[in-house]
Amino acid sequence: MTLTADVLVVGGGPAATWAALKAAGQGASVVLADKGYCGTSGATASGGTGVWYVPPEEKAREAAMASREALGGYLADRRWMARVLDETYERINELADAGRYPFPVGLDGTSLRNGLQGPEYMRRQRIRVKRAGVTILDHSPVTELLVDADGAVAGAAGYQRQAGRPFEVRAGAVVLATGGCAFLSKAFGCNVNTGDGALLAAELGAELSGMEFSNAYGIAPEHTSVTKTAFYNYATFYRADGEVLEGAGSQRGRSVIARTLLSEKVFCKLDLADDAARKAMRLAQPNFFLTFDRLGVNPFTDTFAVTLLAEGTVRGTGGIRIVDDGCGTTVPGLYVAGDAATRELICGGFTGGGSHNAAWAISSGSWAGRAAAQFARALGRGTRQVSAAGGAGLRPTGGSSDVDVAEIIRTVQAEVLPYDKNYLRHGDVLRTALKELDGAWSSVRSGLRAEGAAAVPARQAAAMVAHARWMYTSALARNESRGMAKRLDRPDLDPAQHHRITSGGLDEVWARPEGALT
Amino acid sequence: MIELVSAERCITCDKCIEVCPTNVFDRGEDGLPVISRQSDCQTCFQCEANCPADALFVAPQTHPLPAESFAHDEEHLRHSGLLGSYRREIGWGSGRTPGAARAIGPALSPAGQPLIS
Ligand SMILES: Cc1cc2nc3c(=O)[nH]c(=O)nc-3n(C[C@H](O)[C@H](O)[C@H](O)COP(=O)(O)OP(=O)(O)OC[C@H]3O[C@@H](n4cnc5c(N)ncnc54)[C@H](O)[C@@H]3O)c2cc1C
Repeated sequence: MTLTADVLVVGGGPAATWAALKAAGQGASVVLADKGYCGTSGATASGGTGVWYVPPEEKAREAAMASREALGGYLADRRWMARVLDETYERINELADAGRYPFPVGLDGTSLRNGLQGPEYMRRQRIRVKRAGVTILDHSPVTELLVDADGAVAGAAGYQRQAGRPFEVRAGAVVLATGGCAFLSKAFGCNVNTGDGALLAAELGAELSGMEFSNAYGIAPEHTSVTKTAFYNYATFYRADGEVLEGAGSQRGRSVIARTLLSEKVFCKLDLADDAARKAMRLAQPNFFLTFDRLGVNPFTDTFAVTLLAEGTVRGTGGIRIVDDGCGTTVPGLYVAGDAATRELICGGFTGGGSHNAAWAISSGSWAGRAAAQFARALGRGTRQVSAAGGAGLRPTGGSSDVDVAEIIRTVQAEVLPYDKNYLRHGDVLRTALKELDGAWSSVRSGLRAEGAAAVPARQAAAMVAHARWMYTSALARNESRGMAKRLDRPDLDPAQHHRITSGGLDEVWARPEGALT
Repeated sequence: MIELVSAERCITCDKCIEVCPTNVFDRGEDGLPVISRQSDCQTCFQCEANCPADALFVAPQTHPLPAESFAHDEEHLRHSGLLGSYRREIGWGSGRTPGAARAIGPALSPAGQPLIS
């Protein structure tokens, strides 16, 4: 199947739906292609999010901007924070008015707008996108971009897994809103997020930024998926013998949990919540209680074992580098939004506790959609010579050999999921891991040729390997501890490294301070 | 993971097949959804939330459960109220108030706003 549109949006979460809405609002014809189902797919649809929604009052805005600067290692940018606060405020109000999202009303009669229930939010976004005239392709993972003779993006190709056929969309501009990369850890709603967008972008020469900020881990009851973490603020953590685990906590002290989990189980009880809080928690996060109710555990009175699930760049801040206010990249016609893009501009090297990522998805999606529509309009509808840009997993450089995709995925996971490799990072360990990952890349790049439906997992595997290599190469380039990128062998912040780290490359991966010349 | 499709309750509307983000179901010969790729299930509960007949049950465990598990005991799931509980909690289904409208949680700090998600 081949379609033509002014703008192609790749993804189906908040960033993608806002992009599609705003591109369509500019009069562009828009196709949105999602790997899963637009409305249920991605981290937000399942998890729901707090939102950085701050009324335009000077003092409140100032406090909001100042609150995360230190945690983020002073890598954020005040101008971008202010833009995001403005845009998010308008878009959330649009969601209330035009989108009829049922925000709760507080005791004093004000509409509370600092959070969104995932299923409700994304169900409404789907309806709005459809009403805007956007063509939605569900179950249509994009596997590669199309590029014209000048190196501008010209659309994308993929495979419709339920229809069982390949598809192609020719477009004047493309927005990548494919989410971050959680390495198939089964963190809540995140298994669709395998970092595909970053691979697609890098194949056209786009750069990444902040990939060292990629070691987010979410707390969940052992052997379960719901990594909603806010309510662990009410938790006390224990060892098996009932002794309190000193220093462990959700916000500060999650690394204590990680370190302890390397050698023993960690238990938890939400025993700091009073009665009123217990009742209210259920209303705010029904999904948080799914696990407990079904396990027959009362989290306030029973202890339960916990685990940490990798959320990589989903709740990290690294992603595709942005070069202008429309969320453009170094590739003409290619725009990025949400977790696929770097979020350092508004939160530097740390996002914990939420709300910034949701605001970013809304704002960057809206800007990218508008800018993509304008780019496509300026380009016009002439025919272009295009070629498919996909490499690893599709077009091997050597003779194709039997590369086992499942084995590649196991290899990447073995290097990025363990707490003693990715969470508690050490330079020596990172270097050893990189060797493994480079080996995995070589075998995929030289020998894997996947076609049809098999192209989808093959490309996911390739994307995860690429992601892991940018992560660890950047983590080594940041020879200090800043934001979430802590290094056991470089425990202090080094004022001389007050810069962002750009990375890129596929066969040869590189990372260097932003602005530094090669 | 998805553990149960109730043949009794299912109205063969294909909704779960359509909305599953990781494409776990296929349509069986008789029209009932079949759990074809359970290992791809990410335990996100979206199929359950979107099932208009409360015919699905997702167990919280991210690994498959044995045949004798509670997750396959439809009778028990119905009596305990677990079947359809997610949809009820989020207020989906006719005559219900959207959970979003009632979602006023605790504030995590004295000065903070109540969490609403
Ligand atoms: C449990 C949890 C709780 C969170 N809580 C908060 C919070 O309170 N506040 C906050 O700010 N942030 C929070 N976050 C982060 C927030 O969910 C994300 O930042 C947000 O979802 C990003 O939106 P997105 O549209 O970029 O990505 P996603 O919502 O992840 O959507 C990505 C979309 O891209 C699609 N896709 C992927 N690959 C392809 C492909 N190859 N082709 C086509 N489509 C593709 C997927 O199917 C999916 O629809 C939380 C995350 C988790 C996991």
